[in-house]
Amino acid sequence: MFHSQLHELMEMKMKKRLAIAIAASGLILAMGTPAIAGEKVASLRGAHDLVATSLKPIKAKVISREGGFERSYKQQPPMIPHKIDKYRITIKNNGCMKCHDEKHYKKERAPLVSESHFIARDGTKLDHISSRRYFCTQCHAPQKNAQPLVKNEFEGLK
Amino acid sequence: MTKGQKKGTLSILVIGMILGVVLWGGFNWTLELTNTEEFCISCHEMRDTPYEELQDTIHFTNRTGVRATCPDCHVPKEWVYKVIRKIKASNELYHHFVVKDVDTPEKFEAKRLELAQHVWKAMKDTDSRECRNCHDFDSMDFDRQEARAAERHQEAIDNNYTCIDCHKGIAHHLPEGYEPETPGGEGDGEED
Ligand code: HEC
Ligand code: HEC
Ligand code: HEC
Ligand code: HEC
Ligand code: HEC
Ligand code: HEC
Repeated sequence: MFHSQLHELMEMKMKKRLAIAIAASGLILAMGTPAIAGEKVASLRGAHDLVATSLKPIKAKVISREGGFERSYKQQPPMIPHKIDKYRITIKNNGCMKCHDEKHYKKERAPLVSESHFIARDGTKLDHISSRRYFCTQCHAPQKNAQPLVKNEFEGLK
Repeated sequence: MTKGQKKGTLSILVIGMILGVVLWGGFNWTLELTNTEEFCISCHEMRDTPYEELQDTIHFTNRTGVRATCPDCHVPKEWVYKVIRKIKASNELYHHFVVKDVDTPEKFEAKRLELAQHVWKAMKDTDSRECRNCHDFDSMDFDRQEARAAERHQEAIDNNYTCIDCHKGIAHHLPEGYEPETPGGEGDGEED
């Protein structure tokens, strides 16, 4: 008698535990897959598919253009019409000045950096490149043949 | 000459020949063994600076997949010149093991202008022979080069300039204190 009661009690306890376990795993499943809830909410991305935006990037090479690129406005730092990956600008040397400084520009058929590049902050003219103009690629950039993402009808200074 | 004497000279001759072949082979073998990039960069002086910097350049990775290693540019291919360079290289051993004057990157920088000048002079003297093992004006299609390159190369052919006259610092960073030069005299900065 005592024995069978104990048995029943144990069975009940086990069933209860099983129920708790099922409920808990259901909860975990529900929490682990928020997509179920997400289906009803519109994505901020709208109809744009994530995969569609990650198309293979178009490989564009740096353009070399004889004669340079036309400028769009006065005082624009002109674009660099040649590759620059070979030239280093370091604390020790400025690779651009191998061709663009006063001593070499003629032989290299390169334009001399303009006078503004020798003016110090206080307005004095230096005999070497001003530290304000040392990092050339801060203002001058080489060009790639990339198509504009948005149509643009701007016409530069002719 | 007795029979025994004859035999003796013959065996000396044979032993000499075998020894010669072995030594000669061994000599060439070490020559080959020490003519690899792995050997050069087994010294930290060569690995820490020159090799580090080479990896950023077109001679390490490029679109054609042809790599230039240290010996390609620094050790002659022709046997006689190669042996001479190897003898000179004992100076490097001396500086590595005894003098230790470039054994930190800072010390290397300090001596770099001097070392670079040795290399420039060597290349100038040989008309950039090692560059020309791979490059040749005759095989260059000037139409496919940048205009500024093609123009200067034509000028180089006309005036017998050599590669290193214009292409310093293509494989390693230029040393501090380097003053660029232009072959054929410098422009005086005045307008024509
Ligand atoms: C090997 C010589 C050489 C080196 C080194 C060099 N350039 Fe040039 N650069 C030229 C030549 C030659 C031109 C003219 C090209 C032409 O107009 O056909 C030019 C043109 C330019 C122009 C265009 C100027 C204009 O008015 O349109 C800019 C800007 C320029 N370079 C910036 C740089 C910068 C920045 C560096 C360093 C990262 C550099 N260059 C390194 C030779 C060189
Ligand atoms: C702070 C921005 C800035 C920096 C840095 C700078 N430039 Fe310029 N650069 C300009 C501007 C703006 C112009 C055009 C207006 C002028 O001539 O001053 C110009 C013009 C030029 C020109 C054309 C000159 C001509 O007469 O057509 C060359 C070449 C040039 N820069 C080369 C260089 C080089 C090489 C360096 C690095 C040593 C450099 N620039 C650094 C802004 C800059
Ligand atoms: C035992 C270590 C060691 C090895 C191996 C070594 N180097 Fe060097 N190398 C040095 C040291 C040290 C110097 C600096 C010598 C000095 O201070 O004059 C040097 C200098 C140089 C220089 C400048 C030469 C000059 O004329 O001043 C070149 C180029 C060079 N090494 C290339 C190589 C190449 C290529 C190899 C492989 C074939 C190589 N090294 C292997 C230690 C080494
Ligand atoms: C082992 C063969 C080899 C040797 C030796 C060699 N080069 Fe090159 N060089 C190449 C290859 C390969 C390229 C890259 C070609 C490409 O893919 O455009 C290259 C590219 C170049 C470029 C073009 C750089 C650029 O950014 O477009 C120059 C300049 C150059 N080498 C000069 C030299 C000089 C100077 C020497 C001698 C000190 C030399 N090379 C020795 C194989 C070599
Ligand atoms: C008179 C100067 C001069 C001499 C000498 C010279 N070059 Fe050049 N070379 C240039 C200039 C300028 C460029 C273009 C700018 C740059 O590479 O910095 C160039 C570019 C190159 C290029 C890249 C071409 C391109 O359009 O991609 C290679 C490769 C090259 N040179 C190899 C050599 C070799 C090899 C020698 C010796 C046989 C040599 N050059 C001698 C001035 C010279
Ligand atoms: C493409 C040719 C080329 C290759 C490859 C090359 N070098 Fe050089 N090396 C040069 C030239 C050219 C110089 C002369 C200095 C300069 O113009 O930068 C030089 C200079 C040196 C110097 C003198 C110090 C200095 O920085 O100028 C050492 C040391 C040196 N090289 C070691 C090496 C080692 C080690 C390797 C291989 C990891 C190597 N080089 C690969 C061309 C090359």
